[in-house]
Amino acid sequence: MTISHFSAVLLFSLFTSIVFGITQRDEPKKMLRFGALCFALFVGGTIAASWAMWLIKH
Amino acid sequence: MTTKAQAPAEAGGKTGSGDAAASGASPVMVLLAGWLFPGAGHLLLGKWIRAGLLMLSIVCMFAIGIALQGKVYTPNTAEPLDMLGFAGDLGSGLLYGLARVLGWGQAPVLIAVADYGTKFIVVAGLLNVVAAVDAHSLANGRKRS
Repeated sequence: MTISHFSAVLLFSLFTSIVFGITQRDEPKKMLRFGALCFALFVGGTIAASWAMWLIKH
Repeated sequence: MTTKAQAPAEAGGKTGSGDAAASGASPVMVLLAGWLFPGAGHLLLGKWIRAGLLMLSIVCMFAIGIALQGKVYTPNTAEPLDMLGFAGDLGSGLLYGLARVLGWGQAPVLIAVADYGTKFIVVAGLLNVVAAVDAHSLANGRKRS
């Protein structure tokens, strides 16, 4: 099996966010919100770090 | 990022008076079940949806790691980083045992996505430990619901 680097980021972020959402909050609505926040931070953080590395290289 | 924890008395009674009392499972049994198989701790507490989502996430993450030809760590390699990797992998419980018995993840890591696979396997184990501890907190009443 081969996946792109971005697909790997999305899959990692999705599964990790689901577990974080369920385990770190105690109400379904808050779980959903926290899971979505984690997902956005994982993906956004990765994209920001990627651009930062690109800028350092150039 | 901390869970709102309550004292057992506030949560509605004595120690061990959480969801475990209703389900009949002891907190230790819930912790062990959750570690051995992803989501089993929540399943024992009757939290079907959470159990299903946790099982799906952790098993998928582990399976993707194996499919990407990630490495499954073994004990006694004398390398500190390998030992940490082994501790993470061990968190997957029976999934780790299955991988060892069937010889998965023994090929050398040669490409970047295989290294991602190694990380997926380790993180699946760590997330399973988090999920098992969460089930334990629900069972002993430390976490409300």
